[in-house]
Amino acid sequence: MQSENPAVALCGIGKVFESGVVALDRLDFNVGRREFVSVLGPSGCGKSTALRIIAGLAAPTSGEVVWTEGAAPARRIGFVFQEPTLMPWANVAANVRLPLKLAGMSARDAAPAVAAALARVGLADMAGAYPRELSGGMKMRVSIARALVTQPQFLLLDEPFAALDEITRFRLNDDLLGVWQTMGGTVVFVTHSVFESVFLSSRIVVMTPRPGRIYDEMLIDAPYPRDDAFRTSAAYAAYCRQVSGILHAAMSAEAAP
Amino acid sequence: MMNAAAPGPLPGAVRSRRDSVLRVLLPVFTLVAGALVWEAVVRVKAIPPYVLPAPSLVLATLVSDGAILWSSLLATLATTFQGLALALVGGVGLALLFSRSRLVEYSLYPYAVILQVTPVIAIAPLLLVYLPQHAAVLACAWIVAFFPVLANTTLGLASVDRNLIELFRLYGATRSQILFTLKLPAALPHMLGGLRIAGGLALIGAVVAEIAAGSAGAGSGLAYRIAEAGYRLNIPRMFAALLLLSVTGVVIFALLSALSRFLLRRWHESELAPGA
Repeated sequence: MQSENPAVALCGIGKVFESGVVALDRLDFNVGRREFVSVLGPSGCGKSTALRIIAGLAAPTSGEVVWTEGAAPARRIGFVFQEPTLMPWANVAANVRLPLKLAGMSARDAAPAVAAALARVGLADMAGAYPRELSGGMKMRVSIARALVTQPQFLLLDEPFAALDEITRFRLNDDLLGVWQTMGGTVVFVTHSVFESVFLSSRIVVMTPRPGRIYDEMLIDAPYPRDDAFRTSAAYAAYCRQVSGILHAAMSAEAAP
Repeated sequence: MMNAAAPGPLPGAVRSRRDSVLRVLLPVFTLVAGALVWEAVVRVKAIPPYVLPAPSLVLATLVSDGAILWSSLLATLATTFQGLALALVGGVGLALLFSRSRLVEYSLYPYAVILQVTPVIAIAPLLLVYLPQHAAVLACAWIVAFFPVLANTTLGLASVDRNLIELFRLYGATRSQILFTLKLPAALPHMLGGLRIAGGLALIGAVVAEIAAGSAGAGSGLAYRIAEAGYRLNIPRMFAALLLLSVTGVVIFALLSALSRFLLRRWHESELAPGA
């Protein structure tokens, strides 16, 4: 059930850490253009490592990442970490501007893009605030705005909402879907939450525990935009039950040869 | 104030205001009481000023010897701040060098520690043999002051958020971008903490070297005045110069604390106003 129009393909990716731990073993999967793919698995299954390999933050021990549009597009990737990862000494606008600044753009030239990114995450009036003045959810929004400011074609998110309360998480899920639909790019979203992955994704990839491998994948064939009605629908509950079943099977698959 | 239903007779805000008034008033009270007892003992027992001068005489000396003490104070201040500036440049420079090259760190760090642990009063006479006097005094101030800057900045550079470093790499940051946009700002709180310690130490280094130089027969700083006044049994002037030195130390510490508060007030936990 691979994507028909792959934008990036992971081919036989293996990763062995210096400690000898095998994080990934022959990991194969494609991500199609404009897909919203969730990578679901228990903690420690190597899903974050896989995401870091796609981003170029880590090198695979074996296998390769193939970009269909040629060279790995460094500036076309936006990455959101588990923690907001903001510079505490810089205000919100300066934090969001960072990727453009590193690319050599002046603050004045970057201003429209920064304002647009902040507006997109609903923080247009917080440009002058400092990170310590923001709530956990707002910090995460800043982190997402920073990832969006370069108008990336790929947005990679590593369990970005795991530390947030449920109400905030729901709202950010809604906002993330809105962002994805307007930016017209591809999202790879790593999570350990079945509910989150079903709500967000067009496709879910389930991984086995260490060593990480693809166990199964599933299309979530519900129309976008998705809202609270979807979150409480019977179809959503059915998908969640199905994905939970796959995840449980994946977790016991580690004992299998 | 925040909470109308706060129990007890002393809501937090009132208590903390009373607390901060006491924090100022009590030391002042101690000072005045101590000076009065000192004054009384000297007068009642008729102790001669070359044994123990009364506080009033010390203050009078501060005025009457004002010109000479003032120019000495300026000399000591100049040395201290030059030493401190060199310590800042040297400490931060060495820390950056160490963070770039492990080989340089391994080669030099032990000697930085040795310079720090060898008592400066024992080094000063040798420096005075080999260096012109002003350079020797400056070198002493630098030797005792650079180490806290070096050690703290090294710590600060090493504790930069790893995810932020990865983020910078992801966006293709150059080494100098990582240094100036990430590492130096991240290390700033530690660096300022080191500088605050270095301020007091630079004064100590300058004083030690001046006293060593003074006994060799030259010099013009406050410490030299103390040594000189000691030879002449001009005890009131010794006290007056000592008083000026203490005040100088306190002022340097206060200035560096204010600098730290100014630079960090918007973002660092150490300088946030309580309740902000």
